[in-house]
Amino acid sequence: MATSITSAPASLSHEEILRYSRHLIMPEVAMEGQLRLKQARVLLIGAGGLGSPVALYLAAAGVGRIGLVDFDVVDLTNLQRQILHGTSDVGRKKLDSAVERLRQINPHVTVDRYDVALTRDNALEIIADYDIVVDGTDNFPTRYLVNDACVMLGKPNVYGSIFRFEGQATIFAYPGGPCYRCLYPEPPPPGLVPSCAEGGVLGILPGLIGVIQATETVKLILGKGQPLVGRLLLYDALAMRFRELKLRRNPDCPVCGDNPTIRELIDYDAFCGIRRHEDSGPAEWQIDPREVKARLDRGERLVLLDVREPHELQICKIPGAKNIPLSELPRRIHELDSAEEIVVYCKMGGRSAKAVEFLRQVGFRKVKNLRGGTNLWAELVDPSMPRY
Amino acid sequence: MVKILIPTALRQYVDQRDAVEVEARTVGEALETLSRRYTELRRHLYNEEGKLRSFVNIYLNDEDIRYLQREATPLNDGDTLTIVPSIAGGGHGDQHHQCAC
Repeated sequence: MATSITSAPASLSHEEILRYSRHLIMPEVAMEGQLRLKQARVLLIGAGGLGSPVALYLAAAGVGRIGLVDFDVVDLTNLQRQILHGTSDVGRKKLDSAVERLRQINPHVTVDRYDVALTRDNALEIIADYDIVVDGTDNFPTRYLVNDACVMLGKPNVYGSIFRFEGQATIFAYPGGPCYRCLYPEPPPPGLVPSCAEGGVLGILPGLIGVIQATETVKLILGKGQPLVGRLLLYDALAMRFRELKLRRNPDCPVCGDNPTIRELIDYDAFCGIRRHEDSGPAEWQIDPREVKARLDRGERLVLLDVREPHELQICKIPGAKNIPLSELPRRIHELDSAEEIVVYCKMGGRSAKAVEFLRQVGFRKVKNLRGGTNLWAELVDPSMPRY
Repeated sequence: MVKILIPTALRQYVDQRDAVEVEARTVGEALETLSRRYTELRRHLYNEEGKLRSFVNIYLNDEDIRYLQREATPLNDGDTLTIVPSIAGGGHGDQHHQCAC
């Protein structure tokens, strides 16, 4: 079934034979399969929530070459789910801690480091050196980029994505199978779907979805079993339920269809409608947290409007603020007075930017967005307040 | 009765329910009934022209309605409709990325 990955295999040392003995005694793997694993080259896009379990298990399984693409630094908020990294790694490059951890697990694995963001300029070159790509990224532009590059190069793309308690997994760009664009021809407009940092994710969830990605990767390498092609696996952790939906290759797909119209990589930020650095609205609609603090201290009348969800108020809040969650703002707008000066805030400034835009559209003139949300407030104004 | 399964990302618009039951003869009727009952959900399912948004996939049981009769697809009692939204999250970035999961 699966694509043949390897040609003439190398051999295993006595130490490797012992290490992989639980594989070697299974007829589905045996010496031939273990040598295939050793010869395999797998590229992981992202060494985060999904990339962590994938990298750990592929290294343990004896995949010979693992490429990691990640330019990020380990942050304390990562550790709830990114099990490649530990507390002492906070502040280090994710690649540094990942390489160290993988070497510790299996010194026979070669780890290639790509300390870059995957872009239309480097994607084809990087991916070309690998047999299989595992997509563990966290944003739509990179999802479409990885998909298109994999289709163009004919590399299977082992896909996983997560949100709160819910995950999806499948294999795209497998010969004859569908691609990401067959399922989602277009991305949602920015802002319609809440972000990771705003929406949250159960720390265990990427573990489960990542392990499914790792399983499918190993099956592709071994050429055993039924690959998760043409099937979208949905997982709901709250219900503890797996479902499977049929996926079909769309003959009219612009990338993998019968007459593709996209034959080279495009501008994925533009495709996804993302305007870099403009997500917080015009500069004159923003206000610095220190300025707000100074004006409050002078006794000026400012209405603070908190558009976060009620459960976020348990983490922290600015005293005196009124809470109307962003989703309820349209029907609760009568609770606000457009004659008053209003400063809107959320956790990081994204949701409040949408609230400001909405309020200005309906005629509020004296409304501003607190730059950086409660996180920047905690940093610049009130260190006793937690960041999250 | 058909059951419409609501994905996590959209539950905030349906009183946090994971499923909603409606009486409907077609897929289109079921979604229309759903978005009449939960008006804030409408803009997440339909665009300004009243068409289903292209990044929202609707499945009847395990089949994509695009490969059936789309919104005209007839429903039987006990069918399950699933709304499958785009999610991009990899549990990866926090503050440094344009995250859209």
